[in-house]
Amino acid sequence: MLLKHTTKEVRERTALTVNPAKTCQPVGAMYAALGVHGCLPHSHGSQGCCSYHRSALTRHYKEPVMAATSSFTEGSSVFGGQANLLQAIETIFAVYEPEIIAVHSTCLSETIGDDLNQIVNKAKDEGKVPAGRYVIQASTPSYVGSHVTGYANMLEGFVKYFAEKTDEKIRQINLLSGWVEPSDMRELKRIMKMMKVKSVLLPDTSDVLDTPMTGKFEMYPKGGTTISEMVSMGDSMQTLGLGEWATQKAAIMLDNQCKVPFDIIDIPVGLKATDRFIQALAKAGRVSIPESITEERGRLLDVITDMHQYLYGKRVAIYGDPDNIIPMIEFMVDMDMKPVYIVSGTPGKHFEKRMEEILSVRVPEAKYKNGPQADMFLIHQWIKEEPVDLLIGNTYGKYIARDENIPFVRMGFPIIDRVGHSYFPTIGYQGGLRIVEKLLSAIMDKQDASCIEEKFELVM
Amino acid sequence: MPNRRDYTNGLPDPLALREEILKKYPAKIAKKRSKGFVINDPDMEQEIMANVRTIPGIITQRGCTYAGCKGVVLGPTRDIINLVHGPIGCSFYAWLTRRNQTRVPEGGDNFITYCFSTDMQDENIVFGGEAKLKDAVREAFEIFKPKAIGIFSTCPVGLIGDDVHSVAREMKAELGINIFGFSCEGYRGVSQSAGHHIANNGVFKHVVGLNDRERVGKFQVNLLGEYNIGGDAFEIEKLFEEAGITLLSTFSGNSTIKSMEYSHTADLNMVMCHRSINYIAEMMEEKYGIPWVKVSFVGAESTCKSLRKIADYFGDSELKAKVEEIIAREMAKVEKVKSSIKPRVEGKLAMMFVGGSRAHHYQDLFGELGIRTVSAGYEFAHRDDYEGRKVIPTIKIDADTRNIEELSVTKDEAHFRPDLVEKKAELQRLGYEFKDYGGMMPEMLKNSLVIDDVNHWETEKLIEFYKPDVFCAGIKEKYVVQKAGVPLKQLHSYDYGGPYTAFDGAINFYVEMERMLATNIWKMIDAPWKNESELVGSMTIEHY
Repeated sequence: MLLKHTTKEVRERTALTVNPAKTCQPVGAMYAALGVHGCLPHSHGSQGCCSYHRSALTRHYKEPVMAATSSFTEGSSVFGGQANLLQAIETIFAVYEPEIIAVHSTCLSETIGDDLNQIVNKAKDEGKVPAGRYVIQASTPSYVGSHVTGYANMLEGFVKYFAEKTDEKIRQINLLSGWVEPSDMRELKRIMKMMKVKSVLLPDTSDVLDTPMTGKFEMYPKGGTTISEMVSMGDSMQTLGLGEWATQKAAIMLDNQCKVPFDIIDIPVGLKATDRFIQALAKAGRVSIPESITEERGRLLDVITDMHQYLYGKRVAIYGDPDNIIPMIEFMVDMDMKPVYIVSGTPGKHFEKRMEEILSVRVPEAKYKNGPQADMFLIHQWIKEEPVDLLIGNTYGKYIARDENIPFVRMGFPIIDRVGHSYFPTIGYQGGLRIVEKLLSAIMDKQDASCIEEKFELVM
Repeated sequence: MPNRRDYTNGLPDPLALREEILKKYPAKIAKKRSKGFVINDPDMEQEIMANVRTIPGIITQRGCTYAGCKGVVLGPTRDIINLVHGPIGCSFYAWLTRRNQTRVPEGGDNFITYCFSTDMQDENIVFGGEAKLKDAVREAFEIFKPKAIGIFSTCPVGLIGDDVHSVAREMKAELGINIFGFSCEGYRGVSQSAGHHIANNGVFKHVVGLNDRERVGKFQVNLLGEYNIGGDAFEIEKLFEEAGITLLSTFSGNSTIKSMEYSHTADLNMVMCHRSINYIAEMMEEKYGIPWVKVSFVGAESTCKSLRKIADYFGDSELKAKVEEIIAREMAKVEKVKSSIKPRVEGKLAMMFVGGSRAHHYQDLFGELGIRTVSAGYEFAHRDDYEGRKVIPTIKIDADTRNIEELSVTKDEAHFRPDLVEKKAELQRLGYEFKDYGGMMPEMLKNSLVIDDVNHWETEKLIEFYKPDVFCAGIKEKYVVQKAGVPLKQLHSYDYGGPYTAFDGAINFYVEMERMLATNIWKMIDAPWKNESELVGSMTIEHY
C-alpha cells in the first residue's frame, strides 16, 4: 500500500494538514503572469520559492517556465528586501530585457513588511526602469488563500496597472479567464471567434506554455495578452469573469477604476456552465448564437445520451480548485453521476453554498469541505468508509487510486505524470466531449480489466 | 539541432565566450560573475568562486535551505514524519518530487508518500504559530503513531520568533517519541547547501548514537550522501550484500531513522555526495573515531575502484577475493553492452550543471562511453568540491556561512574506536587515502569551462558556443535547453529513469545515452517544406 497509514476513522484535526488539496499563492501569480506577453514573473522572496514554482509549473506543462527571484539572504530578511528588489529590477532589464516585470510577494517579504509599491516607485525614481518598460506588483503572501487567490491577485495587479479609461468605448468585452490550461484559453478564443465577439482575453497562456519545437528557445514566446490589449480593457463594454475565486478581484478593479460593468460566471466546464457562458457572451456582445455552436452542444448531448448507462449512479470523489470543480460537479450531476466526496483546500464561504445548490436535491448523501484541513487525506478516509467508482483530481490522486483500485481521471493542477491537458481543452462543449470520453474510458477500462470472463463485452 | 564542432585536437579556448557572457551584465555583476568562471587547466592550481550569494534578479538554478534540509537529506527516510511548519507551499512542493525510492518491509512505516504541514495562516503569523505547531504534532502522533517527528522551519517561522526547538523538546517529553526541529528557513545560507549542513547537524545531534546495537556483521559500514533517486541505493545495497559487507545505514536513501540511531557502530563511513554529507562524516570521526573515505558508484570504473577501496580497508583476503569475483563477472556484462553502444556515441560532447557532486560523478560515466565533458559546474557546491579538500583551510568564512551552526564535537569515550584510529594510521602509512576528495577541476580537460551557479543567460550562450550533444541539468532547465534543439538529461530526477549507479546502473545509463544521442527525432525539427521555395496559391480560401 502506498498510503498505508490512512485509515477510515476520521479524527477531527484543527492544526495538521495532510496531503493538501491546494498550494500557495505565489505559484498562481507566476502562472497568471506567464499569460502576459513579454512578461517575466518575479518572486520577491527566498530563491527556493521561485525554484519550487518554476519546477511545479515546468513539470505540469513540460515547457520552459522563466521567472526571476530576489534571492533573499538572512541579511535581507533582517534589513528588508528593498536592496534585493532594486538590484533585481536593474539586473533583469539589463540581462533578460522583458517588457514587464510582474513582481509578486511571498510569505517572507510580507512578514518583514516590504512595501512593493514603494520599492517599485523607488526603482522608477532611480532610473532603473527603462522607458517603455514596466514593473507591476501583486501581494501574494503564502499564508493567505491558495494558489488560486494568488492568480486572482496577479490578474488584479495587471488590470490595475494597465487598464485605462478614455472617453471612447471600444466595442469589445473583457474575458478574464480563471485558472485553466493553455488549451482552454485557445478554445475560449475559438469560441469568441465563432460567436463573432471581439474580446481581450486575460491572461492567455496559449502560445506561451504550449509552444512548438523549433530548435530555437524563445524567452518571450509569441503568446500572451499584450500591453495595448490590457490598456484597452478600460474602455471595453463589459467584463466577463470566468470563475469567482480567480477573476472577481480583477473584474471589480476594472469596474472601480474604469467603470466597466462585470458579470462573474463559472468556468464553462460541462453542459450548463457552457450554456450560461454562451448566453452571457451573446448578451454581452449583443450577438446571436450561431448554429455551429448549437451543433457542438448537440454533439455533446448526443454522446451523453448514448453512453448514459455507464455514467448513471456512479459514485465519484473529486478534489481540486473551486472554480474548476464547481461546474464539473454540476456537469456530473446533470449526467446522473453522484459526486459524493468533495474537498478543496482553497478557502471561501461561497463554496458551501454552491455545493448545497447543486447537490442537496440530487445527491443528498454528498460530503464536502473546503478550506483548512480539507485535504486529500480526508477524502481518502471518506473513500475508505464507503468506496467510490471514480476519482477525479490532480496527479497526487494516483496514490489513492492505486491503493483503492479506483479508476482515476486527472483534472486540475498539477498534472505531472501524463500529457494532454495543455493541448486538449476541457472547457466548452468540445471540452465537455473530452471530459465525457475520459470519464467513460476510465470506468470502462476498469470494467474490461476486472469483470469476469463470461461478462466480457465486445460492444459497449 | 546545432552542428557539432570538431574538437579532435583539444577544446577551444573559451575566453572569448566568457567575455561575451560577461559583457551583458552591469559592471558590478560582471566582476562578481567572472570569478565563478574558470578556464580549466588541470596542471595548474586554479581558484573558483563558489558558495556565494546569487545575484538578485538572475535566473538561477538554485533552491533554498529548506529544500536542502527537508527535501534532500531528511526526505528519503521513511519512518519519520517530516512536519513542515509554515504556509502550505513549502511542504507541497517537496512532496514526492525527488523520487526517493524506498523498500518498506512488511509492517514497516512509510511516510514518504505523505505531506505534512501546519498550513500557517495570517493569524499564525501575527500571533505566533507555536500553539498550532504543538497541536499539529499531537495530531500527527495520535493519528499516525510515528517513531519520530522532524519539524522543519520555513521562512516566516524564524522571523516571527517561533522556537521549533523548544516546541520539539516539549512535545518529546509529552509524547515520549523522538522529536526534533530544524532551523532551515529558506533564506539562511546562499543555497540548498546550508540546508544540508543544518540537516547533518540535526541528525547528528538528535539521532546518531541513540542505539548501541550489537555487531551484526564482520564489515560494518555506512553509506553517506546516497539518496536512492531512481533506486540508486538499491544497486549499491545489492553489491554489498553479495560481498558480505554489512550496510548499517544509508544517509539517507532507502533508510530508517532507526538505522541511523546505530550508525555509530560502523567501522567505516563511505561518502558518496561529498557536498551534502561530509559534515556528518567529519563529526562521526571526531566523536567515534570512524574514518571516512570518498567513494563513487556512478560509473562502472568508479564502482570497481570504490569496492576495492572498501576491501583494502578491511584487508580481509576473503572479502578481497569476493569483490574481485563480483567485479570480473559484472565488468564482463558492462563491457558487452558498452562495446555495442560506444561506437555510436563516442566523441560526442556533454555539459553538466547540477548539484554538488553529480556534475563530477557523471563525467566518469560519460567518459566510459568516450563522451567528453566540455563544460561543467555545480549548483550549490563549495570550492573544495571543485578544487579538492586541500583548499578547505584557505576558504574564507563569510557572513552567510557563519550563520550556520558549527557543532562542537567531542570524543565519546564510551563509544570511541581507538582500533579504527590505529587502523587508519597504519593504512595511511601504506599510502591509503582517507578524506581524499580531489574535486572536479583536476579531472577535467584543459580548456574546459568550469562555471559555478550557472544561470539562464550563461546556459544559452554556452549552448550557442559549444553546440553540445547532450546537456545535463534539472527540471527547470530541461525544456529551455530542449527547445534549443539539444537533448537534456535530468541528473536530479533522471527523467524518471535510472538507477544509474553501480554496474547495472552504468548499463542503464549507456542504453539511455544511446536512446538520447542516436535518435533521429531532433533532425526532424524543420518541416520538409522549410527548404522549398514558396508557392503562391491560386486556390486559397479567402475568408476561412
